[in-house]
Amino acid sequence: MALLQTDELIAHYGDFQALFGVDITLNEAEVVAIIGANGAGKTTLMRSISGVLRNAAQAIKFDGAAIGDRPADEIMAKGLAMVPEGRRLFPSLSVEENLLIGAYGRKGEGHWTLDTVYNLFPILRAKRTNPGTALSGGQQQMVAIGRALMSNPRVLLCDEISLGLAPVVIKDIYKAVPAIKAAGASLIVVEQDIGQAMAVADRVYCMMEGQVTLSGTPASLSRDAIHDAYFGAVA
Amino acid sequence: MIWVDTIAQGILLGGLYALFAAGLSLVFGIMRLVNLAHGDLIVMGAYLILVLVTLLGLSPFIAVLVAMPLMFALGWGLQKHLLNRTLGDDILPPLLVTFGLSVVLQNALLEGFSADSQRLPTDMLTTASVQIGSIALGVMPLLTFASAILVIICLNQIFYRTSLGRAFRATSDDPVTASLMGIKPNQVFAVATGIAMIIVTIAALYLGLRSNFDPNIGPARLIYAFEAVIIGGLGSLWGTLIGGIIIGVAQTVGAAINPEWQILAGHIAFLVVLLIRPRGLFPRAND
Repeated sequence: MALLQTDELIAHYGDFQALFGVDITLNEAEVVAIIGANGAGKTTLMRSISGVLRNAAQAIKFDGAAIGDRPADEIMAKGLAMVPEGRRLFPSLSVEENLLIGAYGRKGEGHWTLDTVYNLFPILRAKRTNPGTALSGGQQQMVAIGRALMSNPRVLLCDEISLGLAPVVIKDIYKAVPAIKAAGASLIVVEQDIGQAMAVADRVYCMMEGQVTLSGTPASLSRDAIHDAYFGAVA
Repeated sequence: MIWVDTIAQGILLGGLYALFAAGLSLVFGIMRLVNLAHGDLIVMGAYLILVLVTLLGLSPFIAVLVAMPLMFALGWGLQKHLLNRTLGDDILPPLLVTFGLSVVLQNALLEGFSADSQRLPTDMLTTASVQIGSIALGVMPLLTFASAILVIICLNQIFYRTSLGRAFRATSDDPVTASLMGIKPNQVFAVATGIAMIIVTIAALYLGLRSNFDPNIGPARLIYAFEAVIIGGLGSLWGTLIGGIIIGVAQTVGAAINPEWQILAGHIAFLVVLLIRPRGLFPRAND
């Protein structure tokens, strides 16, 4: 059975429908990438899974339990942590406090502690007393990832962790993915950077206009098929 | 020498205003909620202590310890079941609801206790004083001031040293992201209001020990508290203490010049600070 599964997921912002029946699955110890252009519904999908947006209960199942209608704090406590788009560090908290608060709703027995997060991103240890928002973009992203890891989640949702960062910094951040996977988490990585997504993912979903248009392993997907799924086929 | 004495008394009076204001400052800092019933809750706390003193024959200083958990529970319930429903993007609903609450509280106290002014029974403490050089300072004002400092130190410890304090600050920054950390904003708000009510109870003790009170004096206490918070800068607890001291000193200096000027001088000091530093003396960076 899949660890996490959406079933005909539909999501609205007021009158505006953003998702039109999305089915994705994530298995234990898997990295799934979700790619697509701006407005394809990737972030809406992440917000739905994490409970920021409420949906029909049965539309999202985590470890067999229907969680579609549960609030974010409850879903987080079940072991599903999110690195939100735009990092969203707490400006009133120092780097270390930002990390500590990641374990507020769930401590979780596991690999990740303050110490192991600092080992994953050594630069943060030196900056631990700085305000979270005084860091560079890449370092802030490391804090956001570390904060989500502090709860030792079973599933880590990463929403556009490369957004607005220099290519060399993106490489640094993605270097952490194998370690996160090795520590026992499954990942969903939302990306606009197709190359990056293909490099880390076991399977890829491509979204367009609120629907999944293509899925498969990176090796099985041709450049042209992705192009069509990403931008729409030329009629 | 008379001026040194006046200013010393004013600083100590500022401690009382800081106690009035600390709960208001805490609640505003965390959830951007201006509680217009704050002054009436202080008066209600004073009546609660009076009832405990009268019924159980306790000393006011023991009665306040009994009143604290009761007031915490009241604040918790009030926030959870009433005020949380008013919070949102619009700042008007919480203002209207707490204004209504203020009217309800005043009239309920009037029904229950009549308009007669009351006072908590005091012993020699009220009139005792200590001589420092040529100035005599009352033990009661000193105790009030010390309590204010202690309350603010405790609040700062909670804010900056505990997991609850981190949750307070995170929720104040960004409630949606805070919920991704497993924080339930409504629960955090309820605890914050409960803590504010504990401070209200301490303020009520000194209000009742130092002067007479009746059901209608709440709104004036609210205004002093409000002015102290604004002078200090919204959300800064030490700023709130400074704000209280500025109003206290202005009032005693005003009264020393002409007794009619006591209250007015406090308000003028507030307006002057507002003119020079519209965001208060110690505003938070990220507001």
